[in-house]
Amino acid sequence: MTEILRTESLSRYFGAVTAAEDISVTITQGEIVGVIGANGAGKTTFINMITGYLPPSKGSIYFNGRPIKGLGPRKLMREGLARSFQIPQLFLELSVIDNLAIALAAAQNQHMQMLQPVRTPERLAAADEIVSQMDIARYRDEMVTAMPQGARKLLDIAIAMLGEPKMLLLDEPTSGVSMEEKHALMDTVMEAVKRRGLTVLFVEHDMEIIQKYVTRVMAFANGVVIKDGPVEEVMNDEQVQALVTGKRSRKSSATEKGDV
Amino acid sequence: MPLQKSETLMVAAAVAIGLAGLMSPSWLIFLTTLAVAKALVVLGVVMLMRSGLVSFGQGLFFCIGGYAVGMGGRFWGIQDALVLILTGVVASTAIAMILGLLLTRYREIFFAMLTMAFSMILFGVLVKSHNLGSTDGFSVMEWSLFGWIPQSGMGVFWLTLAIGLLIALFLNRFFQSSIGLACEAIRENEVRVEYMGISRRQVLYINYVLAAAIGAMGGSLTALAAGHVDPEMAYWTISGEFVFIALLGGTGHVAAAFIASMIFALVRTYAVEFLPNSWQMILGIVLLLIILFLPKGIWSLFRRSRRATT
Amino acid sequence: MLTVWAILIDGFIYASWLFLVAAGLTVIYGVMRILNMAHGSLYALGAYAAASAIGWYYAGGGSQLWLAFAILAGCALAIGALSGLLIERGILRLMYGRDEILMLIVTFAILLILEDAMKLLWGTTPYYAWQPYAAMGRVDIDVLTVSGYDIMVLCLSIAIGLGLWFWLERTNLGKILRSIIHDREVSEAMGVNVRRMFTITFMVGATLGAVAGGITAPIISVVPGIGIEVIVLAFAVVVTGGLGSITGAAAGAIIVGLARATSIHTMPQFELFIIYAVMAAVLIFRPNGLFGQATARKI
Repeated sequence: MTEILRTESLSRYFGAVTAAEDISVTITQGEIVGVIGANGAGKTTFINMITGYLPPSKGSIYFNGRPIKGLGPRKLMREGLARSFQIPQLFLELSVIDNLAIALAAAQNQHMQMLQPVRTPERLAAADEIVSQMDIARYRDEMVTAMPQGARKLLDIAIAMLGEPKMLLLDEPTSGVSMEEKHALMDTVMEAVKRRGLTVLFVEHDMEIIQKYVTRVMAFANGVVIKDGPVEEVMNDEQVQALVTGKRSRKSSATEKGDV
Repeated sequence: MPLQKSETLMVAAAVAIGLAGLMSPSWLIFLTTLAVAKALVVLGVVMLMRSGLVSFGQGLFFCIGGYAVGMGGRFWGIQDALVLILTGVVASTAIAMILGLLLTRYREIFFAMLTMAFSMILFGVLVKSHNLGSTDGFSVMEWSLFGWIPQSGMGVFWLTLAIGLLIALFLNRFFQSSIGLACEAIRENEVRVEYMGISRRQVLYINYVLAAAIGAMGGSLTALAAGHVDPEMAYWTISGEFVFIALLGGTGHVAAAFIASMIFALVRTYAVEFLPNSWQMILGIVLLLIILFLPKGIWSLFRRSRRATT
Repeated sequence: MLTVWAILIDGFIYASWLFLVAAGLTVIYGVMRILNMAHGSLYALGAYAAASAIGWYYAGGGSQLWLAFAILAGCALAIGALSGLLIERGILRLMYGRDEILMLIVTFAILLILEDAMKLLWGTTPYYAWQPYAAMGRVDIDVLTVSGYDIMVLCLSIAIGLGLWFWLERTNLGKILRSIIHDREVSEAMGVNVRRMFTITFMVGATLGAVAGGITAPIISVVPGIGIEVIVLAFAVVVTGGLGSITGAAAGAIIVGLARATSIHTMPQFELFIIYAVMAAVLIFRPNGLFGQATARKI
C-alpha cells in the first residue's frame, strides 16, 4: 500500500495551551480513517493544520511525498487535498447548479475565463451527474437558501469532490443532521467516495457512524493520539472508553456545537 | 457566437433608439446620450456590486475619462474621438491597476470609503490645478470621428449608443462567464472560493480594473457630448448618484443599468424644473423605498411579473 | 521656527475642530456598526439652528456673550437630539440587521433628504453668526495671534473628549454600551435592551454632530453644502484613527490636523490631497486604522 498523508511530530500551541502534541501518523491510499475525541481533544486542530487553516507550531506534513506545510487552501486543492466543512460553506444566494459550475470551472483552472459561459454543456452534465450521485438532484435549480441542512452538507461535500481530489477531509459530516437522516446521508457520501476511490479522513462524534463506515480510528485526547488502529481494537480500548467514547457511545451528538 | 435572446433585444433596442433619434428633439437626444454614457459608469458599479463591493468613488474613472478627452484635444492635439476615448481608458486602467493592489484587500465600508477618498484626491488636485481651469474646468476642443466632424449632437449620440451596445453585449457575456460567476461567489462566501482553488484577489482585481476602464468610457463620452469637463466629475456626490442608479436598476441584467439611468435622467429633468430644491430629497426617499421594497432593483419587477405569468 | 509654531498652533486648533466633528461619527459606528453618512447633515443642521438663533438674538439688541452661547448650545443640543431620535426611530429602526454596507447607503439616503430639507427650511442665502467670534477677541502668543474663539473650541473639544471617555469607561451606561460593542448577541441574551441603547447612542452621536456645527457657525458662513464637505473630512479622520474608537478619533484628528497645517504653511496646493494621502498611508500599513480592531473572520 502506498502512503498518501504523513505527519511528523505535528504540534500546535496556543500560548501555554497545547492543542496538539507530537502527532505522527501515516495514512495509506484508500483508507477510510475516523477521527474521534471529546471537544477540545485536538481533532479539529489536527484537521485545520492539515488543510492549511492553522499553521503548525512545529512538525511537518507530507502529502503524496511532498511537503505541504505552509501551503494555503488554494495550493492544497491543486495538490489534491480537499475538505468539507462542519458548517457548510456554500454560495447561499446562488443556485445549486451555479455552485457546482463555478467549482468545476475552478477545478479545470478555467475560472478566469471572461467570454465563454460558465455553464458549458460538459459542466452541466458533470454537475447533473454529481447531484444525482449525492441525491440532491431535486434542488438542482433552487438557491442554496431553499435547501435543508442535510442537503447542504451533501452539496458541500459534492463541491469538495469536484476538484478531483485524491484525499478528502470530512469535518463532522453528520453534525446538525437529524438521527433518521444521518445514515442515509453517510451511505450517499460513502458510495460517492468509493466510486472515486478516495482516501478519507473524517471527524465524527457519532460512534455508530464511526463503527459502520470506517476501517481505522484515531482517538484523540488532550492533544495527543491515544490510540490508532482498526475500529474494534480502538473501540474496545479501556483508555479510549474512559476518555472518548464513555457512556455516550450510543448517544447522538447532533446538539453539540462545533469547534471550527 | 450566436446572439442570445436578450442580446438580440438589446441590439434591436439600440438600433430603434438610434433611428428614433432622427426625429427627436435635440434636448432628448442630449439627455439620452448622457444617460447612456452614465449607464456605462453605473455598469462598473454594478460589476463591483456583484462581487459584493460598493464603490463610492467610481467618479474617479468617470473624471479621468472626461479629462483625458479634454486634455487630449487641448494639449496633445488629438482630434479623433476613438483615440481620445482610448486615452481615457488607458489612463484609467493604469491608475486602477495601482489602486486595485490596495483596494482588493478591503471589503464593505472600508472599500466604499477608500474608493471615495481616492476620487476626492483627484477632485482636490483638479480644484488646485489652475492650468486646468480649477473649479470651472475647461471646454473640450472640436473632435472628429474618422475624419468626419459632426455638426450636431447626433454624432456623439450614435457613437455613445454603439459603444454602449458593445459594452452591454460584452458584460452580458462577462456576467455569465466563469469569472463573472466567481465574482458572485466571492460575494457569497470567500472561504469556499479559496478552497475551490480560486484566488479572490486576482478575480476582484481584474473585475475592478475592467470596471474602471468601462467607467472611463462613460466619462469620455460625457465629455464629448457635453463639451466641457470640471472637477465635479470626481466629487463623491456624483459617485453617490452612480450607486443610486445601480441600486435602482439592480444587478440582475446589464440592460437594467441603462433603463435605470434613463429613468433617472428623465425624472431629474422634470424634478429640477418643478421642484428645484427637492430633487435630492426625492432621490433619498426613493432610495429608502428601493432598499425596503425592491432590494434587487427594478429588474426584479421584470422577473417577478414573468414568473407570475408562467 | 516661526512656521513650526504656526503649524503646531494651527494644527492643534484644526485637530480639535476635527475631533468635534468626528466624535459623533465614531461613537455611532462603535456601538451600532453604522457608518453614518448623514453625520455631516446633522452638523449642518446644528450650524443652521445656531446661526439663525444667534442672528435673531443679536438683531433683537442682545449683546451678552454668555447668553449667546447658552442659546447656541441649547439650539444645537435640541435639534441634534430631536433629529437623532427621529432618524433612529423613523428610519434606521426599519433597517437593523442589514449589511453594514447597506446601512451606509441608507444613511446616504438620509443625507440627501436632510440636505434638501435644510434648503426648504432656511433657503439658500448664507446665514452669519460672527458676533460671538468677534466678541472673544484675539490672544497674542509671542508674535503670532490666535483668536480667543479658537482657543475656546480647543478647550471644548478636550472637554468633550474627556466627557465621552468618562461616559464610556466610568458609568453604568457606558459599561452596557461596551458590552454591546464587545458582543451584541451575548449582551442581548444577558437582558440588555439593545434597541434602547441604540436610540440613546444615535441621539448622542447626532447631538455631537449638531453641537460641532453650532460651535462652528460663528466661524463660517452657513450655506447649503457645508455638511457634505465636513462628512468627507470626518470620514478621513475616523478611518485614519480606527473606526469606532474615541482614542482613534483623537489620534486621527491630531495627525490629519497637523498634516493639513503643514501643507497649508508649506505647500498650500496639496491641502486636500494631503489629508487623504495620510489616510491611505496609514491604511496601507494598518488596514484597520491606528486604533481599529480587526474583526475576526468567521468560518
